[in-house]
Amino acid sequence: MGKNLVGNHIRKLRFNHNEMTQQQLADKVGVTRQTIVALEKGNYSPSLELAFRIAHAFGLPLEEVFFYGDDTSH
Amino acid sequence: MTYQEKKSITALISTVLIFAAYCLYMYTQYPEEGLGLEEGFRYWGSFVLILMVVSIVAHIVISIIFNIIFRMTTGEKEPAFADELDKLIELKAHRNSFFLFILGFLLAMGSLVTDQPLTVMFVILIASGFLSDVTGSITKLYHYRRGV
Repeated sequence: MGKNLVGNHIRKLRFNHNEMTQQQLADKVGVTRQTIVALEKGNYSPSLELAFRIAHAFGLPLEEVFFYGDDTSH
Repeated sequence: MTYQEKKSITALISTVLIFAAYCLYMYTQYPEEGLGLEEGFRYWGSFVLILMVVSIVAHIVISIIFNIIFRMTTGEKEPAFADELDKLIELKAHRNSFFLFILGFLLAMGSLVTDQPLTVMFVILIASGFLSDVTGSITKLYHYRRGV
């Protein structure tokens, strides 16, 4: 199973938001902790709806949480 | 290892054990002199029906015991719902599972066409049902570990 091309900064953003735990983020966006783990590892590309919910949870626009391909902005 | 991975492994092991134990039990019930056509249908019909009931009840009991042990050992509660990742993995598991069962079904029909005994057809059907169940569990385990 190859890595997904959609990457994210979820791990970094969690720590920047009062060291939010994976479970807290999962509860906020309505998924299980397993899904947050898979997202952080790059093993899963979320649906557009979940991507927006995660971005809203951090109070950021979508493109500051997710990126396509190699990220050079961070 | 996450809850879903542990659950997939438990399902896989319990499927194999239940099927093996049931087959061993039913093998002793099979008459040495063989079965006539009517008795044969009755034997294999009851084999499949009882296997389904035993399998469902055993899986429910094992699932309850698994959840209790999971709570006791990790102090965590099991996920109360299936999210989009769970549903996607479930769909992939069903796809692979159905594919294998259909292959087995076609093989079983092929055995009838080639004038094989009735027993061969039922054994292929039952084996494909078992293998499709195993494939579903392995697919889930694979995707929970390696991603989708």
